[in-house]
Amino acid sequence: MAVKTMFVDPSRCIGCRACEAACRECDSHKGESMVMVDFIDRGKSVATQPTICMHCQDPLAPCAQVCPVMAILITPDGVVQMAEPSRCIGCRNCVYACPFGVPKFDVQARLMKKCNLCYDRASQDLKPWCAQACPTQALWYGDYEEFMNQREGHPVNLTAFGKQSVRTKIYWVLPQQTQQLDVTTLLEEARAEIGVTDQQQEAWVL
Amino acid sequence: MSINKDFFQKRDFNYDFQSSGRPEAGWQEATRIAETLVPTHCSFCGVQCGMYLKVYEGKVIGVEPRNYRHNRGSLCPKGVVAYQQVGHPDRLTYPMIRRGGKGGKLERATWDEALTYIVNRWQQIQAEHGKDAVAIYSGSSMTNEKCYLMGKFARVALGTRHIDYNGRLCMSSSAGAYAKAFGLDRAPLPMTDIPLTDCMLVVGVNIAECFPIMMQWVWRARDKGASLIVADPRETPIARTADLWLPVRPGTDVALLNAILRQLIVDGMIDEDYLRARTNGWEQARAEVEPFTPEYAQNICGVPAERILAAARLYGRANHSLIMHGKGIEHSSHGVDTCLSCINLALARGQVGKPGSGTMMITGQGNGQGGREVGQKANQLPGYRHIDVPAERQYIAAVWGIPVDELPWEGAAATEMVHLMADGEIKSCMIACSNLMVSLPDNHVVQQALSRLDPLVVVDFFLSETAELADVVLPGSVWCEDEGTTTNLEGRVIKINQAAEPPGEARCDWQILCELARRLGKGKFFPYQSALDIWEELRIASKGGVADYYGISWERIEEEEGVFWPCPAPDHPGTPRLFTERFAFPDGKARMFPVAYRPPAEEPGPAYPFRLTTGRVVYHYLTGNQTRRLGFLNSQAPEPWVEIHPQAAQRLGIKDQEIVRLRTPRSSMKIKALVVPTVRPDTLFVPYHYGHEHAVNQLTNPAVDQVVKIPEYKVCAATVEKLDQPEPSITDGYTVNFTPEDTPKMFPYAVGETKGPAERKAKTY
Repeated sequence: MAVKTMFVDPSRCIGCRACEAACRECDSHKGESMVMVDFIDRGKSVATQPTICMHCQDPLAPCAQVCPVMAILITPDGVVQMAEPSRCIGCRNCVYACPFGVPKFDVQARLMKKCNLCYDRASQDLKPWCAQACPTQALWYGDYEEFMNQREGHPVNLTAFGKQSVRTKIYWVLPQQTQQLDVTTLLEEARAEIGVTDQQQEAWVL
Repeated sequence: MSINKDFFQKRDFNYDFQSSGRPEAGWQEATRIAETLVPTHCSFCGVQCGMYLKVYEGKVIGVEPRNYRHNRGSLCPKGVVAYQQVGHPDRLTYPMIRRGGKGGKLERATWDEALTYIVNRWQQIQAEHGKDAVAIYSGSSMTNEKCYLMGKFARVALGTRHIDYNGRLCMSSSAGAYAKAFGLDRAPLPMTDIPLTDCMLVVGVNIAECFPIMMQWVWRARDKGASLIVADPRETPIARTADLWLPVRPGTDVALLNAILRQLIVDGMIDEDYLRARTNGWEQARAEVEPFTPEYAQNICGVPAERILAAARLYGRANHSLIMHGKGIEHSSHGVDTCLSCINLALARGQVGKPGSGTMMITGQGNGQGGREVGQKANQLPGYRHIDVPAERQYIAAVWGIPVDELPWEGAAATEMVHLMADGEIKSCMIACSNLMVSLPDNHVVQQALSRLDPLVVVDFFLSETAELADVVLPGSVWCEDEGTTTNLEGRVIKINQAAEPPGEARCDWQILCELARRLGKGKFFPYQSALDIWEELRIASKGGVADYYGISWERIEEEEGVFWPCPAPDHPGTPRLFTERFAFPDGKARMFPVAYRPPAEEPGPAYPFRLTTGRVVYHYLTGNQTRRLGFLNSQAPEPWVEIHPQAAQRLGIKDQEIVRLRTPRSSMKIKALVVPTVRPDTLFVPYHYGHEHAVNQLTNPAVDQVVKIPEYKVCAATVEKLDQPEPSITDGYTVNFTPEDTPKMFPYAVGETKGPAERKAKTY
């Protein structure tokens, strides 16, 4: 049986936050959203980006590795769970260790909270709530072959931060030629682009 | 397009677990497990997504995805939290009456006291001033059964000619254009056909934010290689990734569309065989677009000529092309014309009637399609029948069991009704499912008009800005506290099921109407025991009409996942695709009309250099009376903002997030500036979902379309300035092309006068 996972396609995200609203409906953490939607730079574009836990596979779950009390467990199919409340001591090591900024620290409850790929739903062969609701399928749940049959775009599960790269259970959907999401290079390109003035751009209105 | 929440409060909400306020819903008792899942649909936009409501001990505690034909289990944020309206702490649970007169307070009353007061006043007013002195202002965000009953209540129980509804502000342009060109007003194809197209031309509709669930069909088409062209003055989320974005100046879409059509002619992309076989009027339409060279259109609509050329070629070369259009072109003083120019384009390419091709109007309101064909429109009877056609009057009078002479004639359009209220011709009005103080343009005038009514009766389930002015407020039901059908933007008739009882003393809207009718002495015409009884009568009333529901039963809707009208017989399969063989005119041919470019009613000048346009954000629905009360949605966009291009902001010294004064010839308001390059430099944008001092309709122009009386929300002259600048005293310095007073009246005779035989015969359809 093919392994089901999540595919994140920021180009389709419309910033509607249906995923956030839906995540709050989950039975295991009612009223709290573990998915985040951010405007990349509202001063430049309407582009938005959903962030869910990427469920790192190599290196395996940095958050779990730094947990001093082994509160963060990983299932055999590679889903990194939320910190077990009875074990979590609220040290926030996981918050600092995560390369994607996913774990949230609930100050009141003194607990780490994060996405567990809707384990309660997915284990019953339902889609995680965020992917279920997503109107544009920017968050898409299913197996790799099914994705390739249905969709344009190139799924990539390698994210590079400088020399360190992380292979994840979750895929990004990127343009065809891209082999990895290279965060540092993209940042450098963006910095170079800031030098471009409005006059140099093609006129788009008259 | 919206913004991050820190725009409103300086906090990082991503690490804030419970930032979204009331209501807290059923989450305190998170261990409750639903006893039943009630299959139903969303209460909001025209897509009408399928959903299950989770019910526990008679309370709605949550939502579950429902894999319905057109939404495939997806929901937008409004759909996810829609269930929180049930059992919301702000719900109206008892009738209220303003005992101390206009200056007094709304006080709790019994149903008997409230209804007795209303009926006594109405009988008194009608005896003194005639039957037409009482009016009904209805809405389309409710079931077909309720909409049908509103029309019947006005015409049978009250005997008034004045009934109209908020669809006048929403879809009347498209409705008018489709009726004129095709003889039938409905989107001609289902959403599930969208992936069959090769090119989508999206004109004036922000599908991503206003109809998020349609985006999956748009993307399915794009995954197959279809191209996407978007015409919008803002870079909306659908425009962001489009193949081609045409940043059109608000109110000038006709110039753009005419230029595209002219280019199709020049490039030889016209389907002459189709035009000969299936249309009338092509020669005149062709002659009209002759002067619209790309360069000429560029000067009017502000889209670079190369982009117009590119759009024409992308659109013209596609085998299957689909034009989707919405409020952006409809909310205009020439809304019907602009829709007609979209239709001309599709007809010239021979597209209408092919699967996945043609034109598709994107209806905004939940039941915007059904609401306009079951007889609550000023000039219509159920089944899209015309109130001026003797045979159709006769049929409905017979169904209702009244003499045809007692059936009133055409009344005033919603936008005209306000003036009749202000003039004192309408003495009392019952408003249901509408929030005029937020939705109508130039709302100072609306407030004066409403305050002259005695009594103003409002039926609602939350205390809207309009209900705050009412003399009597009657508590109604939310969508899932009643059952019935709605017709979504595809023309698919679907079934809303009941999941809960109305709270406290609140009642289903149809029960309120039946009780009022009984007290008015017309109870024998309203003998309904359930919504199903009303539906059965509606089926018969629509039988043989244009919008024929006769063959649709509630059982069929459940079995077949919705049935498309026209469906004239129980064994008829319904009609998902229209116009495949013929159009709905006697000769079977579509009519093409020459569309001349006319400027909007008001254009910028030195004193008001910008064009102000208004629209929706994804988190709110219409006037926000529902969505502003749902914590999650409201926390995302609790107040409006004005989008200004950085070039304009720099010129005026305005910084991002600064409070500025936005001013039009009518009024001014204080509002936060959002400086973003995603709007044209000559355009300002404000979302319209807010009331009181946040209502952008304090500023908008009440000019209306010549034919259908839709207001021009999408363009008026405006300026924006820093707060410390004094308000200049000059009031001219902008161009007025025509005023509301210039517009020919739909209600074409002096108030109080009965239509003479000559006028009755004057209209032909």
